[in-house]
Amino acid sequence: MASLDRVKVLVLGDSGVGKSSLVHLLCQNQVLGNPSWTVGCSVDVRVQDYKEGTPEEKTFYIELWDVGGSVGSASSVKSTRAVFYNSVNGIILVHDLTNKKSSQNLYRWSLEALNKDSSPTGVIVSNGDYDREQFAENPVPLLLIGTKFDQIPENKRSEVLTRTAFLSEDFNAEEINLVSRLFLLYELSMTGFTDRKRFNFKSLHYD
Amino acid sequence: MVCTSLSSTYLPLYSKQVLFFGFGWLFFMRQLFKDYEVRHYVVQVVFSVTFAFSCTMFELIIFEILGALSSSSRYFHWKLNLYVILLVLIFVVPFYIGYFVVSNIRLLQRQRLLFACMVWFTFMYFFWKLGDPFPILSPISNIVLWKEWILSIEQLISRVGVIGVTLMALLSGFGAVNCPYTYMSYFLRNVTDSDILALERRLLQTMDMIVSKKKRIAMTRRQMYQRGEDQNKQTGFWGMIKSVTSTQTGSENLSLVQQEVDALEELSRQLFLETVDLQATKERIEYSKTFQGKYFNFLGYFFSIYCVWKIFMATINIVFDRVGKTDPVTRGIEITVNYLGIQFDVKFWSQHISFILVGIIIVTSIRGLLITLTKFFYAISSSKSSNVIVLVLAQIMGMYFVSSVLLMRMSMPLEYRSIVTEVLGELQFNFYHRWFDVIFLVSALSSILFLYLAHKQAPEKHMAL
Repeated sequence: MASLDRVKVLVLGDSGVGKSSLVHLLCQNQVLGNPSWTVGCSVDVRVQDYKEGTPEEKTFYIELWDVGGSVGSASSVKSTRAVFYNSVNGIILVHDLTNKKSSQNLYRWSLEALNKDSSPTGVIVSNGDYDREQFAENPVPLLLIGTKFDQIPENKRSEVLTRTAFLSEDFNAEEINLVSRLFLLYELSMTGFTDRKRFNFKSLHYD
Repeated sequence: MVCTSLSSTYLPLYSKQVLFFGFGWLFFMRQLFKDYEVRHYVVQVVFSVTFAFSCTMFELIIFEILGALSSSSRYFHWKLNLYVILLVLIFVVPFYIGYFVVSNIRLLQRQRLLFACMVWFTFMYFFWKLGDPFPILSPISNIVLWKEWILSIEQLISRVGVIGVTLMALLSGFGAVNCPYTYMSYFLRNVTDSDILALERRLLQTMDMIVSKKKRIAMTRRQMYQRGEDQNKQTGFWGMIKSVTSTQTGSENLSLVQQEVDALEELSRQLFLETVDLQATKERIEYSKTFQGKYFNFLGYFFSIYCVWKIFMATINIVFDRVGKTDPVTRGIEITVNYLGIQFDVKFWSQHISFILVGIIIVTSIRGLLITLTKFFYAISSSKSSNVIVLVLAQIMGMYFVSSVLLMRMSMPLEYRSIVTEVLGELQFNFYHRWFDVIFLVSALSSILFLYLAHKQAPEKHMAL
């Protein structure tokens, strides 16, 4: 088991968007019954067969580090959270589709995580302002997930989807929109989502 | 003639009210709700309205001291303002609190309005019952109509006053003790960088242990699942025995490891919180070395003396059943005139000094309250409950301001007290001061005890590291 390569993925987002439920779903293949507020960081592990069925098949452990808290926390909380951001292979940014602020806060979340991870190439950050070029050169792959899609009324859905498409372009990230209904989410994870994940984590494999 | 004078006073007063409303609105947007999305604008409107009318009350007191506007128009505006504030605090805000609480609960969502009304009626019942054990009103002599008596302003204000004074005293007691504790660096525990690094290392080690155990669980589960598939192929007596034993030991092991994981997760949460605590202390130590920090440290010593004096005075007031007869301004002026022999125009100076004093009290209490509310809001709110919490804060703010008007009466010279006494009628003001002293004493003493225990416990935790 120790011979399996280690892949560390951060799951970031505002409180209440559904990170813990998402992580639980991905790792335990069941829906989280009673989600509660995450204190600190909760980790879960998923065993993933990379390129299953091909001769290059390799089994990975994907560690999903679900960091709790909000983007406006005190600086003492932020500096403590920073210990979790070391040597990260990928970041999943989660936002709530019914709450615009959570999408806007994703910029600050990604800056917080990436600043910790600042490579020696000297990416300059100006006062924490959002700079698109940072993400273009970013070696860490990003995945953007929007939750609670089914809670948006029918007529507003296309508008929301356009907005999130722009968002994911900004981040140069892959985008997935999820629902919160029990069986639908489960299905998505079993079929489409698993495929997507494989695609995304292709770039995580370091040679 | 009355109409024209009233209309001439409406404009300046209401323009200022719009100003206060705008300030409350901005405060709400920029400070309180800066991380959330405002979906129900009614919350924001209610908050700003409460803030605006509370500020107008203070403004009217200032007008009273300065002698601005005519006495009759002041009286009219007072009554109007009080009625509006009472309407908001007793009818509007509690109803909306009930409505938003009920909306959050899934089961009751269909009949939201009905349940919100039920909650409101329960609130009114307890609100009314609140008046019974307290001797707030002097015996009613001429009751003309039942309806008139119930809705009279004294009944409502008396109860709002009790709640507000309790809140004020609790906050003052805690604030009086907490303020020197926070400002003075004497109480700061010594935290070094190596302490923090050691704790962070422990945290990461714990996380790694959790990860490795979870990997083991995931792999075992996967193997069990795969073996389960193979099991279907194995038939016969021997195959059945094998399947039973292997899965049983497998699942037993799993539950043991799961228990270890749960314990480790609890440990990781504790370590996280401790690290946050240490980081916060380190930042405070750094801050105390700056010029601002040193200034606040000095203030801290000053405030601690003030706090001790206030506790002492509260005790004396209760023990000796004493109620101050004169306000500090007049007493101060008397002292200077009698003992220091300085002669000056008492009336002129008392007006200006009481204006400044009352102004300072108003501004600091508003500012202090808003800061405390903001801190409180950040600490406990989440995206689901933010609406409810803001409304609760609006309620607290309104009641706080109403009762500070009641208590402020004591700080003003006799001639300016008249309007407050006139409007609020038959309230037993002395009761409120006594009640304030009692709750203040209880709150301050329990805060001292609480802070002492918390302070003692912290270094012991770090000794165990």
